[in-house]
Amino acid sequence: MNRKLWLALPLILFAGFVLAVGWRLSTPPDPTVKSRLVGQAVPAFAAAPLLPGRQGLASSTLADGKPRLINLFASWCGPCIAEAPALLELKRRGVTIEALAIRDKPADVVKFLRDHGDPFAAIGSDPVGAAQIALGSAGVPESFLIDGRGIIRHQHIGPIMPQDLATIMTEWDKLR
Amino acid sequence: MIAELGLAALWLAAALALLQFGLALAGARVADLPRMVAPVAVAQGALTLLAFGCLIALFLRTDLSVALVATNSHSDKPWIYRFSGTWGNHEGSMLLWVTVLAAAGALLALVERRLSPATLRATLGAQALLALGFLSFLLLASNPFARLNPAPPQGEGLNPLLQDPGLAFHPPTLYLGYVGLSVAFSLAVGALVTREVGPALARAMRPWVLGAWVLLTAGIVAGSYWAYYELGWGGWWFWDPVENASLMPWLAATALIHSLNVLAARGSLRAWTIMLAVVAFSMSMIGTFLVRSGILTSVHSFAVDPTRGAWVLALLIFYTGGALLLFALRIGSVREGARFDPVSREGALVANNLLLSVILGTVFVGTLYPVAAEALTGEKLSVGPPYFNLVTGPLVLALAALLFIGPLLRWRRDNRPNLRRIALPTIITVAVFALTFLEPMSVLARLGLAFAAGLAVASLLPLAGRNLLRTPLTVWGMVISHFGIALAMAGAAADSALTRETLVAARPGETAVVGPWTIRFIGVDPVAGPNWTAVEGHLLATRGDVTLRLDPQSRYFSAPPTTTNEAAIVTRLDGQLYTVIGHREGDRWQLRLWWKPLVTLIWLGGLLIALGGLIALVGRLRREGKRVRPLVEAQG
Repeated sequence: MNRKLWLALPLILFAGFVLAVGWRLSTPPDPTVKSRLVGQAVPAFAAAPLLPGRQGLASSTLADGKPRLINLFASWCGPCIAEAPALLELKRRGVTIEALAIRDKPADVVKFLRDHGDPFAAIGSDPVGAAQIALGSAGVPESFLIDGRGIIRHQHIGPIMPQDLATIMTEWDKLR
Repeated sequence: MIAELGLAALWLAAALALLQFGLALAGARVADLPRMVAPVAVAQGALTLLAFGCLIALFLRTDLSVALVATNSHSDKPWIYRFSGTWGNHEGSMLLWVTVLAAAGALLALVERRLSPATLRATLGAQALLALGFLSFLLLASNPFARLNPAPPQGEGLNPLLQDPGLAFHPPTLYLGYVGLSVAFSLAVGALVTREVGPALARAMRPWVLGAWVLLTAGIVAGSYWAYYELGWGGWWFWDPVENASLMPWLAATALIHSLNVLAARGSLRAWTIMLAVVAFSMSMIGTFLVRSGILTSVHSFAVDPTRGAWVLALLIFYTGGALLLFALRIGSVREGARFDPVSREGALVANNLLLSVILGTVFVGTLYPVAAEALTGEKLSVGPPYFNLVTGPLVLALAALLFIGPLLRWRRDNRPNLRRIALPTIITVAVFALTFLEPMSVLARLGLAFAAGLAVASLLPLAGRNLLRTPLTVWGMVISHFGIALAMAGAAADSALTRETLVAARPGETAVVGPWTIRFIGVDPVAGPNWTAVEGHLLATRGDVTLRLDPQSRYFSAPPTTTNEAAIVTRLDGQLYTVIGHREGDRWQLRLWWKPLVTLIWLGGLLIALGGLIALVGRLRREGKRVRPLVEAQG
């Protein structure tokens, strides 16, 4: 390399730095980190029924040809109350919703469903969060769209609010 | 009234900075310029000091009609935290930055007599331009004196993590260091303008860099210890982006101190030294940018705002980009320095500079890699301690090995370096390395302990055979700093290799074991402070016939609502016992217990490094004083 290029090298490196941080300044970071499992089959988990007379949830039964939305919730979780109306609306629009109750007690869940509605076709109990980890979830509430072959197609982090319904329905219609 | 006075002082200071820059530009046509610039620079420094004093007064009185006070202070706080709250926020800390910048410029104008008038003129012009940029940032985008109407009945309080005596001193110390490097930057720009790069420049720059470096070192050591005891994680360095932001200027300044010695003594390494001076202050500005803009996720994100980020980036582009452009255009026409042999003091210092620069480069790349990767590929990732420890560890070991022989070499050429002199430290290194196999630990930790032990002896060798009373202070400073590096290395390696950790959920009356200590959990009590309430755990630690009492607290602050862990730490000669009380689980309490052998050496070593720099600075100033005085008299 000739001498002039060497002398300009620091300037060139500095320009690269400015471009990178300038891009970051103008593109505010999206703080959510998507699960690496989107696009892959749900790893094995089995969650026993939480309530007597209701179905539980297990990865082995997910590839039954029917899509579903798996909602991770808990009676102790405030934002789960906020998303309850949206879940009822999704059920009204024909979405099959199955739930995992994370680190929860049956009596508390019964009260939660009585107060905030019960859109769930099945409720699995996840007492230590093992199923939650298998799904690659970061917290509650969180929802996953699973296609008929048991593959995770979409992840929604945080409560589903009215403005999120359109996105969820678009993704849902792709699965049918 | 006080707020308006402070604001007026800042506007006046900005006007004077503009005047100083104008005088520097016109300087070639105005005779005897330094005598005109000095009063302008001094007035500018005095005005910014006045403004900073006004802000301190507003915080001490908790004047809630000032927006900054209302959002960051609370009248219930102890006075020391109302005082330190002045710089515990964006606007106040930028005012501190500007104040230090202007004060440094004033001091430079007053004392500098070695440089040619033309170089001094260009330097003071550059310093005025720096002050002008940061003053306009303060006045136009982060006014610390903005009023709030109507005034709220009470303030929002200061982040409780920052309500700590350590915070009263850590940021101002770092800022003095960061901004002290601005003088080196201005001197480098001034020298590029006049093409006068030589030993005189190095001698003018050296005390500033040494002083800034001492403060940076002390600031980093204080910050490291603060994070260690206040965050309750038991770690002393997390490779957090903002920690890296303080480390990078330190690395550049460390390299600069060494290359300045070559330039001052032999007139070599001209382009390289100028580049380092530009890089050192640029790293300070990059550090400020990273903290203010919040583009990197950090525990320090207390003052995040993208608009401010854009401002600082604009300043950074103007100053660093401008200096680098000037470098590219001018340095080719600077006269080359004296040549030297690879095996020589210069050669060793070049190797030191290369190693430090590679460490700087790896820290820089690691810190910014997540941003670059997401910009180019859209992939999100983070770079953490595994990368930094693995990459910088071997480089630090190489630096330590270089330190065995480097300070013993002769200037210019050393055909037969006397290798017998380093026989003793080498034997110690090998012996300690063998001893480490008594304990399981990583290779890096083994080598760290071994080289630290060897270096502790090797660093003293430059004193061997000298009359200690007549040894120059600069040599003493070097020896003490290098010995401090050995201690800090030993502490870091011991902490990573020998720490024992126990996490238990204990009922009152139960015991747990950590390392050589048996710890009995007696129970908890509620306690209350001036603006917090806490649960205080009581522990009795026993080793042999020694029994100690520890009372870690989990503190709850109401303004703003936050919980902090106050670790209880006892220091013994051979290490520290570190205990934290966490949440309650039924009738049990989470206890985290650490036994950390030799960990205090990290900060003791760090303080010795700073002390060595201070001693060298005193030595330099005394020697320069002797050299300059006759000259001034002859002129007068």
